[in-house]
Amino acid sequence: MSLDIQAIRHDFPILSRQVQGGAGLVYLDSTATSQKPLAVLQAMETFYRQNNANIHRGVHTLAEEATAMYESAREKVAGFIHAASSEQVIFTRNASEAINLVAATWARASLKAGDLVVLTEMEHHSNLVPWHMLAAERQVELEFVPVTADGLLDQDVYRALLARGPKLVAFTAMSNVLGTINPVKEMTRLAHAAGAVVVVDGAQSVPHLPVDVQTLDVDFLAFSAHKMLGPTGIGALYGKKDLLEGMPPYMGGGDMIKTVHLRSFVPNDLPHKFEAGTPAIAEAVGFGAAVDYLQTIGMDRIAAHEGEMIAYALERLEEVPGLKVFGPPAEQKGGVAAFTLDDIHPHDVAQILDRDGIAVRAGHHCAQPLHEKFGIPATTRASFYLYSTPEEVDRLVEGIYKVKKIFG
Amino acid sequence: MEDLYREIIIDRYKNPQYRGHLDPNQVQFEDDNPLCGDHIEVTLQVDANGRVTDGRFDGKGCAISQASADLLVESVIGKPLDELKQLSKQDVLDLLGIDLGPVRLKCALLSLKVLKAGVYGLGEASDDLVE
Repeated sequence: MSLDIQAIRHDFPILSRQVQGGAGLVYLDSTATSQKPLAVLQAMETFYRQNNANIHRGVHTLAEEATAMYESAREKVAGFIHAASSEQVIFTRNASEAINLVAATWARASLKAGDLVVLTEMEHHSNLVPWHMLAAERQVELEFVPVTADGLLDQDVYRALLARGPKLVAFTAMSNVLGTINPVKEMTRLAHAAGAVVVVDGAQSVPHLPVDVQTLDVDFLAFSAHKMLGPTGIGALYGKKDLLEGMPPYMGGGDMIKTVHLRSFVPNDLPHKFEAGTPAIAEAVGFGAAVDYLQTIGMDRIAAHEGEMIAYALERLEEVPGLKVFGPPAEQKGGVAAFTLDDIHPHDVAQILDRDGIAVRAGHHCAQPLHEKFGIPATTRASFYLYSTPEEVDRLVEGIYKVKKIFG
Repeated sequence: MEDLYREIIIDRYKNPQYRGHLDPNQVQFEDDNPLCGDHIEVTLQVDANGRVTDGRFDGKGCAISQASADLLVESVIGKPLDELKQLSKQDVLDLLGIDLGPVRLKCALLSLKVLKAGVYGLGEASDDLVE
């Protein structure tokens, strides 16, 4: 059963606003951040109006309510990715912080000079730079699985790299530029067989695809609330329990301790061990509401809708002369279309589209090495979500023809 | 915003008047904006009195970066180098005749940054040059 898009759009007030001289907004930038449904906005407002208090240790009514709401959000998020227990979900600021947490704790404690870390050429900077920083500090060696001309990971090279016995493999489940959906389960199985720990950047996959961490068997999964209908300022790290328990704490401060003395401390149990200081409580509540909203609609149906959207978008975009979409065909791709148009700079494309209310992103999308690989400084990227419509693709294509006319 | 792609900008982008490279030259500098891949080189010929007698730019990038480079080079020919040191962000915006948001401002100001770094004989182009 397909989605009732008009009903869904009704839940997102921002989608009916006008921009640029009365043009209706065509929001095609959900890969950067998604829009938020009323359910999320209201959950956060209600929290601040009714329940706001700091969490844990408080004995008054509000503190107990706030704590229960915060922990209930954790349970919802854990359930959403099918984690075995909610203590395996650490709230972070975003996916970047989740990856940095693993790099700063597990990796620092476990990797030594000369150890091999396998990454890929399609990573977002957030799954590259933490490892660059670690490599500089620990002299670990970084190798990269190449991206093929069709925008897929070269699995032969991946296998060859695994044969060298890496300690860690970190890759994205879905490219934020090419849209490539990587075979996470198979890549994880191979990495484990080679003895490596697996970190998966789920910033794009968790919002758009059904994700079951137990089936995938990944060791760590990082994702952000704001890309999945939730607020900014909160994300999550899922980890296997034995790994999380063995890791040193990340940041020090309140909440992450069991006891503190003048010269020592004992870290708290999971998940609090990794959550120093007052966390983003209202944002956690919003994150929980976002997950509820997505689950009510159903991730299978959302993924199917996006599959239809990208298939239609590719069909329409590829009919435009001089337009080249990067990445694999629709069936191996999420709802992301990054493209070049003749020699027109993406900034110019995006700016002219903006005049018609069409919001796309132009640049390297925090994946500069990937753009270098394809020999281009930047692309224009249109991306879709559960509220996107084929009519919006039509408006995009119309806008692109306008760009061509201006620069023709 | 309606004016962002004014005819003069599109025209100068498509048909630049000062694209090229002067050899010999007395001032040469180049730099890029790694965020969007814009690249600009400016070369100037300067006479014994320190006056710019000719100028060219070369490079690639968006319409705003290329058109502003073309207009900027045109505007400095005949001027003493000391006067070029006084050029500001507003001078470039006046040449373009538009207002720009922070992201596109970087595109528009790349040529000024390059020009001033060259005139001052600096090793690198700093954002402070275009404040």
